Amino acid sequence: MESVVNRAATAAPMASREVRWTTVGVAGLVLLVAAQVYGVLTSPPDRDMGHLQKIMYVHVPAAWNAMLAFLLVALASLRYLWKGRLADDLLAASAAEVGMLLTGLTLALGMIWGKPTWGIWWTWEPRLTSTAVLFFMFVAYLILRTFVDDAERRAQWSAVVGLLGALNVPIVYMSVRWWRTLHQMQSSPMTLDSSYTWPLRANAVALMLLMAYAVAHRYRSALMTQTADELMDRLALKGTPGGSRA
Amino acid sequence: MSWRDDWRRVRAVALKDLTAERRSKSGLNAVTFLGVLVLMLFGFALGPDTESLREAATGAIWLAILFSGVLAFNRSYQLELDGGALEPLLLYPGSRWSIFAGKLLANLAFVGLVELIVIPVALVLFHVSIPDAWAAQLGVTLLGTIGFVTLGTFYAAMSSRSRSREVLLPLLLFPMMIPVLLGAVEASTSLLEGNVMRDAGAWIRMLLVYDVVFLAAALAVFEFVIEV
Repeated sequence: MESVVNRAATAAPMASREVRWTTVGVAGLVLLVAAQVYGVLTSPPDRDMGHLQKIMYVHVPAAWNAMLAFLLVALASLRYLWKGRLADDLLAASAAEVGMLLTGLTLALGMIWGKPTWGIWWTWEPRLTSTAVLFFMFVAYLILRTFVDDAERRAQWSAVVGLLGALNVPIVYMSVRWWRTLHQMQSSPMTLDSSYTWPLRANAVALMLLMAYAVAHRYRSALMTQTADELMDRLALKGTPGGSRA
Repeated sequence: MSWRDDWRRVRAVALKDLTAERRSKSGLNAVTFLGVLVLMLFGFALGPDTESLREAATGAIWLAILFSGVLAFNRSYQLELDGGALEPLLLYPGSRWSIFAGKLLANLAFVGLVELIVIPVALVLFHVSIPDAWAAQLGVTLLGTIGFVTLGTFYAAMSSRSRSREVLLPLLLFPMMIPVLLGAVEASTSLLEGNVMRDAGAWIRMLLVYDVVFLAAALAVFEFVIEV
């Protein structure tokens, strides 16, 4: 509890940090637009997919960054359980929000690509299916947070749920792969023609910057909300020390 | 604190839960009937064709167990919460994981009893004859049940003390259950068909790994869940 209030005292450095994060967000956005322009202008249509292949430029980086967000949730949760700082819990929640968005984007783009390419919106292919499971785990994590009112309890519980979810990710992936052994070659710069790799890399970096910006933004606003709540509590209790526990 | 003390605590919690259940029997009756009802509904949804019923049998059995069993877990904390008995239970000396282990054992017995009714009914309704490898089938069922009850008991410690507990538990539990569902259904189906290509052994190993990983994780972090 204390750490959040102490952070309110350091509001001045926060303002300059905000400028820095805005720069990151703007840079990400500019890079994203530039990468699309570059990709559309330079990379030739794919032999099989034609220009549908361009969906990959956002689809694949979104999937990568969703995994990164999930990793961030797991690390922040672990750190919360270790140190007990409420700020780590808010960081995990912010990463989970962005991760859910990116996972949803990955699924939606995959479907838009799958319909004209495979002729179907959905197939029970391992990577698709485990991404969908990941999406549901993010959703359950965020719903749990809305159902618990006490801040400490919410933090403790969601840290545990986040960690167990992270433990389950490799098991889900393995089991779904065994279930459906038809493999889809994974996209990486290695499996692609060189004309596609640079737009893909640029998009990956752009989305990573945007993700970092979004997580930082949500994190900051969560910290502010928390601080405001505590100050309101203190005010209501006429500034009694420890009033924030009410 | 020796292992013997821990075991006594585990046994005490398990016996307490089972005694409460034995004296009311309301939970067991309701949950078992729900399981059978889900089987009936699957029968209607799949149609009366013998062959398609037989093919879907293992999946239907596991979904019936999941849908009915999930109602049991919140109950195992609810009785204590209603009576205001959870705090005193936490105040007793000794490790917190023993409370979890005790409830886990009680829930295992509970879900095992439900399965004892639901599985034979499913064999009759779905025209499945008792397979030759029935011992291996029982092993698969046991491994799947352990995985299911471990995480069910664990998440119920949270969901039973939050708002909308009826919705929250399946939301948390079912995405985590996908490896258990796949492993148990695939292993059972391959054993039923005697089909070596589906490789029941690999699925059984996966179930074993799942059970060990989540049993250890749940025992390790249960304290964080129950103390707040």
